[in-house]
Amino acid sequence: MSENRPTPAIEVNDLTVAYREKPVLWDVDLEVPAGVLMAIVGPNGAGKSTLIKAALGLVRAAAGQVLVHGRPYAEQRRLVAYVPQRGSVDWDFPTSVLDVVMMGCYGALGWLRRPGRKEREAAMAALRQVGMEDFAARQISQLSGGQQQRVFLARALVQDARLYLMDEPFQGVDAKTERAIVTVLQELRAQGKTVVVVHHDLETVPEYFDWVLLLNVRRIASGPVDEVFTDENLRLTYGGRVPFLQRRSGDAPAAHGGAPGERTLRAAD
Amino acid sequence: MDLDLLRGAAVALPDLLGDYTLRTVALGAAALGAVSGSLGSFAVLRKQSLLGDAISHAALPGIALAFLLTGSKSSLVLILGAAIAGWIGTLIVMRIVGTTRVKEDSALGIVLSVFFGLGLVLLTAIQKRPDASQAGLDRFLFGQAATLLYRDVLMIAGLGAVALGIAALFWKEFKLLTFDPDFGASLGFPIRALDVLLTTVLVISIVIGLQTVGVVLMSAMVVAPAAAARQWTDRMGGMVVLAGGFGALAGVSGAVVSSLGERVPTGPTIVLSLTVLVLVSLAFAPNRGLVWESVRQRANRRRLHMDAVLGGLYALARQHGGAEHAHATAALEALHPGARHELDALAARGWARQTDRDAWCITPAGAAEAERRHVGAGEEVEP
Repeated sequence: MSENRPTPAIEVNDLTVAYREKPVLWDVDLEVPAGVLMAIVGPNGAGKSTLIKAALGLVRAAAGQVLVHGRPYAEQRRLVAYVPQRGSVDWDFPTSVLDVVMMGCYGALGWLRRPGRKEREAAMAALRQVGMEDFAARQISQLSGGQQQRVFLARALVQDARLYLMDEPFQGVDAKTERAIVTVLQELRAQGKTVVVVHHDLETVPEYFDWVLLLNVRRIASGPVDEVFTDENLRLTYGGRVPFLQRRSGDAPAAHGGAPGERTLRAAD
Repeated sequence: MDLDLLRGAAVALPDLLGDYTLRTVALGAAALGAVSGSLGSFAVLRKQSLLGDAISHAALPGIALAFLLTGSKSSLVLILGAAIAGWIGTLIVMRIVGTTRVKEDSALGIVLSVFFGLGLVLLTAIQKRPDASQAGLDRFLFGQAATLLYRDVLMIAGLGAVALGIAALFWKEFKLLTFDPDFGASLGFPIRALDVLLTTVLVISIVIGLQTVGVVLMSAMVVAPAAAARQWTDRMGGMVVLAGGFGALAGVSGAVVSSLGERVPTGPTIVLSLTVLVLVSLAFAPNRGLVWESVRQRANRRRLHMDAVLGGLYALARQHGGAEHAHATAALEALHPGARHELDALAARGWARQTDRDAWCITPAGAAEAERRHVGAGEEVEP
């Protein structure tokens, strides 16, 4: 690494994760520069969520290391906010929206201290940011899928981190919520923060993101969307049949990834 | 009501309250009910209801071994043995889940039955020893509240206070562990250690009840109050407090009821009182209660059906070019079975009018209402 290059937000070296004998991630190297909005795409079982969990130390790596802003995650927790998959918790849990969002403060509070007025205000501000301030007192089981996702996003916003790791924040949300979430993510990027998102919808990658990682157990490619989000790389990632590619070649023959191709695609829609 | 019975009860109550044994048993049962009820909320919310069962059954060999090793019959010694065995049992469960492909429910089942079996073998062996005929360890099997002494109650209250104190101190951390452990780990909390701590607290809340309720029924004290409390509140704090209250209430009423009759065992009576609480909560709690749920559903179905009949009337009126056109009830019945019932309701609102003994038409107000609700607009009525 040359000396005058800025420290990347995430640096992954030779990361290998295996559940029993089966490797889920194999020898992954990755560098995510600070200040990008990055999508992780790849087929089911490609290790997208595992990569995020390994970065957070939630799953043990068989080999390799992950650095966050130049140092191991354990030393940099305050810089990182995590949005787990919505389905990973029980939404019938007896608690309110505000209470869940305040959990984002627990790390900064540390042991034994209870959240107080300052934390409540921070949580309300985050709820306003995602357009959920009217739901603060709601029991969480009364929320729709999109609202649940926005609550999780608000909880991460409360952490006021520099790096946001999100596991499928667009899973099963309505179009309006998707718009709202994308707006928040782009605001974060505008503030110079780094956002990494496990993403499923290939069509929206060029529109929403400026950086992309194509992953299928190994790293296939990573870099700026207009450079690496190519038919060639997508085919390598997903194997032969990619319905998205067939649609894309039909609608926009010249498309080689990137924003112009995407625009023709959307115009054709 | 039988006056004699009432008078009898009125005389008996002060007697009962003055009864030393009953007071001891009631106090002990209230204390253990409050502790196991409130702490059981965590187990229920973590979907580990069976964990309480595993801990209490796993405690049995600990009781037997504590007696074999020390020769002491003191409750404190035996309960210490129970706690150690129960704790080892749960650690084994965690270990099995963490290192093998066996799922948690299977692991709980295995540990529960193996430890319980071992405990029964040891109890049988102890009973055959000449010096142990008076050990009375079988009181831990089904519980024998009458053997509670005042110092046992103090022990229950003391250990229970420690367990509750830990839960209050680590309230925020335990909530995080229970709701979203992965997120908690990402914040840097040692989730595994918190898991062990919470389990230890649960072990304490269970072993203090074994002498009163017994290893077989103890899990009801952990699960039932929490399940009942969840029906009434949507906040975790409320649930824990309410579950503690339910546990204490069941403890006291079980103790009192069992003292009214000859040879009515206290432990099972406490559990039966809990069952009543659970049934009432499942049925009548607002929002989550089954009764209100079915009332709401019926009202909903009724409203939808009424909309459909109104829509039918409206569609017919439009097809026949005028609201004044009346239709036979039988025709409406054919379109919407049970329409007769709804027609009366519509008439009561002024949306439909009975023109003949057996014919109905829509009123202008009803047509406006149908328009507003978008019912019957695009409906084609087949002749």
